[in-house]
Amino acid sequence: MAYGKKVLDHYENPRNVGSMDKSDAQVGTGMVGAPACGDVMKLQIRVNNNGVIEDAKFKTYGCGSAIASSSLLTEWVRGKTLEQAGEIRNTDIAEELALPPVKIHCSVLAEDAIRAAIADYEGKQNRPAEAPAEASLAETA
Amino acid sequence: MTALNLPIYLDYSATTPVDPRVADEMHRYLTMEGQFGNPASRSHAFGWQAEEAVNGARGHVAALVGADPREIVWTSGGTESDNLAIKGAAHFYRKKGRHVVTVKTEHKAVLDTCRQLEREGCEVTYLAPQPDGLLDLQELESALRDDTVLVSVMHVNNEIGVIQDIGAIGKMTRQRGILLHVDAAQSAGKIPIDVVAMQVDLMTLSAHKIYGPKGIGALYICRKPRVRLEAQIHGGGHERGLRSGTLPTHQIVGMGAAFRLACEEMAEEAERIRGLRDRLWVGLSRMEEVYINGSLEQRVPGNLNVSFNFVEGESLIMALKDIAVSSGSACTSASLEPSYVLRALGRNDELAHSSLRFSIGRFTTEQEIDHTITLIESAVKRLRDLSPLWEMHQEGVDLDAVEWAVH
Repeated sequence: MAYGKKVLDHYENPRNVGSMDKSDAQVGTGMVGAPACGDVMKLQIRVNNNGVIEDAKFKTYGCGSAIASSSLLTEWVRGKTLEQAGEIRNTDIAEELALPPVKIHCSVLAEDAIRAAIADYEGKQNRPAEAPAEASLAETA
Repeated sequence: MTALNLPIYLDYSATTPVDPRVADEMHRYLTMEGQFGNPASRSHAFGWQAEEAVNGARGHVAALVGADPREIVWTSGGTESDNLAIKGAAHFYRKKGRHVVTVKTEHKAVLDTCRQLEREGCEVTYLAPQPDGLLDLQELESALRDDTVLVSVMHVNNEIGVIQDIGAIGKMTRQRGILLHVDAAQSAGKIPIDVVAMQVDLMTLSAHKIYGPKGIGALYICRKPRVRLEAQIHGGGHERGLRSGTLPTHQIVGMGAAFRLACEEMAEEAERIRGLRDRLWVGLSRMEEVYINGSLEQRVPGNLNVSFNFVEGESLIMALKDIAVSSGSACTSASLEPSYVLRALGRNDELAHSSLRFSIGRFTTEQEIDHTITLIESAVKRLRDLSPLWEMHQEGVDLDAVEWAVH
């Protein structure tokens, strides 16, 4: 199938590939999808004390559109607050990458990934041992 | 060393280029200067010449499979031959029985035709192959019933290239008076076929898989014992009423020439192609977590189907712009169905999604194979660096033990 220019660009030059320490309290990890379905996305965000995403990394097993969706997502969430990042919709990703209808599920997976990463980060902050981080989150929220 | 022409074509199982010698012959049956006549025209030389050409081709096609020329009926290709054989036999022998046996890894032209028979009230048994892609003959035997009229088993699988033991199946079906249809689209011209020794009743043949043109095929219909079919296309009564429609002389001549060349060159060509295929496998299997799908022993020389674990097939194909291959992963629908053939072998979905089919043919060179190995190695490495599954594997995580959110 033919791919759009932006998909090809992200596929050939994926941004922010990599991994962070998932046990780090400042790191939120979202792993979505399943090998059986042909795509698995891992998105990680590092959140500072102001609730702003300082860094994002991804690794994706999947087709070119899945790789491009997650690569684009890491660019978009950097510098955003958790709230802003949580507002990213799959339709925004699909539109930006000009995904054809059969690839829309790739953008859905990317939206699921950022939500899962945020939920993971927030879950860590709610643990009693990490009260300071929770407090800082409350300030920004 | 000659310059490498890119992209490299390694999809000969999908289709082949027409051999220039075949194209030359076809040219002579199209224009005013050539023999453009209708082979059914009995009243003038134009028709007679065309008919002679058609008969010559019929002889070449019959010769490659050990048949009599009178046992060959022209069709538009493999799909039509499968339809004519399966529906034609099931319809004709309806009163004798309504049970058909086939295999889950058959081509869609067989499976979908069987589905149609089910809608018409037939019962179809779909046998699962063994993990190496081969049919368990005992399982086949126990699936046969008193009301079984037809067994349809492909000779060589289009995705994984495994060769079924047609001779053993033919012995079993002939003894019981059950018809055997064999789709030989992927085997004709690649491995020896003898319809008499194999006791085959119906055999599908296609031209474009062996350097002939697209749009032409044939069905072998056994005369001894006599096999009867109900025609599926009606009209002018061509091909003894079994398949009406004006014969496309140039296509038929092309198929005849392609089958004649295959007859002459098959043995030598198969050895050369097998050498290239083995060279490719040696190169690819130097990588970790690379698996061959289907039996390597019972396999046509030109096919290699490989799973590159932790790399998704479509993204791999995307990285391989300079190589034309097929993927077992069809990431084009919401369901993301991997190859039903690999699934039927019991391959897990991950490996099915990670598969590529390489098919090597007449014009493949050693240089192309070596370049392919280099390109695949670098693409697999790059995509594994991107793959969370590879990372987990490296960390020693058992991926089967992970609870995935299936979407």
